[in-house]
Amino acid sequence: MVEKEFEPLIVAFCCNWCSYAGADLAGTSRFEYPTNIRIIRVMCTGRMDPTFVLEALRMGSDGVLIAGCHPGDCHYQKGNYMMEKRFDYIKKAVKSVGMEPERVRLEWVSASEGAKFAALVREMTQQIKRLGPSPFRLVHNPK
Amino acid sequence: MSEEPRTGVFICHCGINIGGVVNVPEVTECAKTLPHVNYAEHNLYTCSEAGLAAIKKAIKEYNLNRVVVASCTPRTHEPLFRAACKEAGLNQYLFEMANIREQCSWVHMHEPEKATEKAKDIIRMAAAKAALLEPQTEPEVDVKDASLVIGAGVAGMTAALSMANQGFKVYLIEKEKEPGGITQKLYKLYPTLADTSEVVEPLTKAVKSHKNIELMTSTTLKDFLGYVGNFNAVLTGPNGDREINVGTIIVASGASNYTPPKGLYQYGVYEHVITQRELDEMLGKKEVGEPERVVMIQCVGARKGEIRPSELEAFPKSDTAELLRRILKARKEEGWPYCSRICCMNAIKNAILVKETAPKTDVVILFGDLRVYKEYEDFYRRARDLEVRFIRQVEEVPPEITQTPEGKLQVMAYDALSGLEVKFLTDWVVLSTPLIPNKDEVLLARMLKIPIGTDGFLMEAHLKLRPVDTNVDGVFIAGTVSGPRDVSESIISGQAAAARASILMGNRKVKTEAITSVVDEDLCIGCGLCEEICPYGAPKIEEGKSKIREILCRGCGSCAAECPRRAITMRHFGDHQLLAQAKALLVPESLKEAES
Repeated sequence: MVEKEFEPLIVAFCCNWCSYAGADLAGTSRFEYPTNIRIIRVMCTGRMDPTFVLEALRMGSDGVLIAGCHPGDCHYQKGNYMMEKRFDYIKKAVKSVGMEPERVRLEWVSASEGAKFAALVREMTQQIKRLGPSPFRLVHNPK
Repeated sequence: MSEEPRTGVFICHCGINIGGVVNVPEVTECAKTLPHVNYAEHNLYTCSEAGLAAIKKAIKEYNLNRVVVASCTPRTHEPLFRAACKEAGLNQYLFEMANIREQCSWVHMHEPEKATEKAKDIIRMAAAKAALLEPQTEPEVDVKDASLVIGAGVAGMTAALSMANQGFKVYLIEKEKEPGGITQKLYKLYPTLADTSEVVEPLTKAVKSHKNIELMTSTTLKDFLGYVGNFNAVLTGPNGDREINVGTIIVASGASNYTPPKGLYQYGVYEHVITQRELDEMLGKKEVGEPERVVMIQCVGARKGEIRPSELEAFPKSDTAELLRRILKARKEEGWPYCSRICCMNAIKNAILVKETAPKTDVVILFGDLRVYKEYEDFYRRARDLEVRFIRQVEEVPPEITQTPEGKLQVMAYDALSGLEVKFLTDWVVLSTPLIPNKDEVLLARMLKIPIGTDGFLMEAHLKLRPVDTNVDGVFIAGTVSGPRDVSESIISGQAAAARASILMGNRKVKTEAITSVVDEDLCIGCGLCEEICPYGAPKIEEGKSKIREILCRGCGSCAAECPRRAITMRHFGDHQLLAQAKALLVPESLKEAES
């Protein structure tokens, strides 16, 4: 029997104004990308409590993407800067439980960057495939 | 929670947009098995009258208190479905959308099985959040009955007049010394061949003399704060800074003309290679005379290359201003990817003007595609009747310009229809160049938080459905600031933007989103971090506890994420609601008990 290729599950937190709109534009433009991503809409990446990321990983997500407006473009002036400041310790926390920090990414995607969003999902899916399934996923969600 | 959630799920085929990829009946059966879901159905178009009626009927029939619509993006259709819920007596915040079109069927068109599985997940996540939703009320804010219009070109002046005539106070600012924008520099307008002054002068006069309009020239926007209904803008001009308070803003700051780089079709090398703008000026001054021949070249610096994702990929961390600076620089050499819309008609207009003063002059237009629509077709025929010659080109063989020893220009071109090379001796070569984004607008856009498209123009909230709205409530766009437009189209958009702004100002009140922060006073220790980080000054520590002033809160949620005691959460985007979405996706039903 041929072993099924590992299909990662990636949770993406996208801000309403830029990245969620960028993801919509990828759709409107019919830019195809792998089906591995599931988007949770937040109003701003400034809303991203680090525990959201850690919880998603703990529950078995193979990767977490946080996507927001480019620096200077935040709809709420500086929410993305606040997210950026938190990102370092999110990575440290991920590393401290023995996971690869590359499973977590922070990217800027504007409302006009549908192509960039699609390219990002393609690239991140490949990256997570290389890293293999999350150890937590095996406990919780063997599917 | 007072009431057990009873959720209805409505899944849309969107014709074949979703149904052609996702197995909608299968997804519907899956939705029926989800926790707290009491009802599920699928419709051809959930947003149609019949689809909305079905939602309202099901709410009543099945006593539903939560609604999930799985269809397109909430960014366009959420208000419609919320309204339907409201009409059926359900608080509109007890509604959740599952985006299975833009973020599923349209991006996974060739993977129907995987797309179906993903759609099930997206609906599972939405239903999990829906079960935890709570009713919200939208606070109402007063709208100041004054507007700021940025840019006194044709679009800006039209918008200003339209609002002023309805009795609203308008501050109209213009960075140049005189109003009129780039239009006033034109000699005549197509297709009527009216003098530009016939359009611009009455507008300028009316704007200058209107009692409700305050025109400030040599003035720009320096700073801006506030929200829909209540913006504080700092204007800077010859008499220093001035602060004004307005309810709405219309950005009509225009576009620029593309100047070809030196050497492109020998522009800047031979004196008689000029742009249409320069020919226009010469026509205005009656300097053209009776040349033997004039050759025009279309699409110079337009429709060149593609908008490449790599262009954006290359600067992933750059900010918008930097991005636009680089785009402008690169495009100066390479040209712009879009059709500038007005150049075909502009060339035909100037060809007719040349022919009318000098009937013996041979006018040749070298074009790739000719885009004349509606009644403009007649204008094109008129040029043909005047024996203006149109010669089709192919992109691979652009015309070549040289100079003869006698000082005449020689154009070598490929005639795509005959397949032959044609050679012209000519007195003038005239280049048709596009309208391009204006550098100054970038700073403006950043200040106002209006997104900029990959073509460098300001982006509308929705290309089809909200063409003069922006993503910022209370801020609208008119004229060429969002892309090339001719004068009548600029007037239309000026009137449209004024109408949109007037709705807000006429109602005097606007409902704002209910998504604001909430403090749990039992947990709050009054540390003041929220007060420190909030860009809007919404939280304030009073008697040792944080109090959120709702009207100032814009709902970003930064305070909720930063609060060390986790005492702050967001309405409609609470920690438990967001995590429920992740959990619905990641943790199988059988393990959920243990998990909670």
